[in-house]
Amino acid sequence: MTLQDLIDKLLGRQPASADTARQRLQLVLAHDRSDLNPELLDQMRREILEVVSRYVEIDLSEGDVSLETEDRVTALVANLPIRRTL
Amino acid sequence: MSTTRIILICSGKGGVGKTTTTANLGIALARRGVNTVVLDADFGLRNLDLLLGLENRIVYTAQEVLAETCRLEQALVKHKQEPNLALLPAGNPRMLEWLTPKDMKAIVALLEESFDYVLIDCPAGIEAGFKNAAAAAREAVVVTTPEVAAVRDADRVIGLLNTQGVSPVQLVLNRVRPKMMSTQDMLSVDDVTDILALPLLGLVFEDEQVIVSTNRGEPLTLGPANSPAAQAYTNIAGRLQGDDIPLMDPAKARQGLRAKMRKLMQTKIF
Repeated sequence: MTLQDLIDKLLGRQPASADTARQRLQLVLAHDRSDLNPELLDQMRREILEVVSRYVEIDLSEGDVSLETEDRVTALVANLPIRRTL
Repeated sequence: MSTTRIILICSGKGGVGKTTTTANLGIALARRGVNTVVLDADFGLRNLDLLLGLENRIVYTAQEVLAETCRLEQALVKHKQEPNLALLPAGNPRMLEWLTPKDMKAIVALLEESFDYVLIDCPAGIEAGFKNAAAAAREAVVVTTPEVAAVRDADRVIGLLNTQGVSPVQLVLNRVRPKMMSTQDMLSVDDVTDILALPLLGLVFEDEQVIVSTNRGEPLTLGPANSPAAQAYTNIAGRLQGDDIPLMDPAKARQGLRAKMRKLMQTKIF
C-alpha cells in the first residue's frame, strides 16, 4: 500500500484506475486471442477436471484451469493438485 | 524487390490518430529529403487531404490511374511547402466498394517505382477496408492510445498483421497524458508495450497544437519542433530511418515540486 492509497482510503476516494484497466485488458485479451468466452472456458474446465479425476484423485476445490498470456502467446494453464493417497 | 519502404499506418479503433500520424510522418520524412507518398486507403471517409491542406487540389484518384483514364503523375497531389511529399487518394467517396487487394497491390507497385516511402493510411476496423489497405504493406505502424478499447482493438489488428506476414510491426503510443500516468489513472507506457508485445517506435503526448494544426491543414512537423507532438513526430520519422533517438519520458515531462510531491505519495509505506 502506498501513502496515496492510505489517504484515498481514509478519505473514501476511489483508487487509481490504471491497475483495473490493465487487469481487465489482460483478461479480455486472453479471451479474444483464444476465441474462448468465459462460459466455454468454464465448461472446458469442468470437463478437464472430470477426465483427469478418472485417472488420479485431484483436489477439486483447488483445481484451476485458466488462460495466461505472455509475449502475445496465450496458454491454457491447468493447475490440478493431486491428493495424496498414502 | 525494391528498397521502397511500404508502411501501413493502422489502429483498429477509429479516432486514435492514424491520419494525424500519417500526415505528420509524411511531412517529417519529406523534410529529411526522402521521396515520400501518402496513400489514403480510407477512400470512403477520406481525410488525409484535409489534414495536409490539399483538399481543394484533388482532381484524379488511384481509381482513374488503374482505369487508365489518367497518368499517375496527374493523380499525385504534390504538397505546397514540401515538394518531396505527394498525396494519392485511393478513390472518391462516392465510388464505394471498388478497391480490392489486387487493386491495392497494383497501385503500390506503380508508386514503388518513384518513391522511397509509401505510407498507407488505413481505414478503421478490421474488415474489407483493412484487408485491402494491408494487402501491399511490407511493414506496419500500429497507432494506439493508453485506453482499454484502443489497446484491445490494436491487439486484434496485430494478430491479423502477424498472420499476413507483415513485419516489422512497431507501435506508436498516441495521446499520452503524463499527469494522468503519474497518478496511475492511465495505463503506463510499459503496461501497453507489455500487453501488445511490440517495439515502441515513439510516444506522442496529448497536445492541443494538434487540433490547431488540423484546423489550418498544416501538420505540426511543417514548422519548428516547438510543441511536444511536433517533436515526437519528428523523432518517429528519425527512428524510422534508423536514427538512435531516446524516447520521451512521461515522468520527466512533469518535474518540479508537484512531481516530487507525487513521488512521495507513491512511496511504499507498508
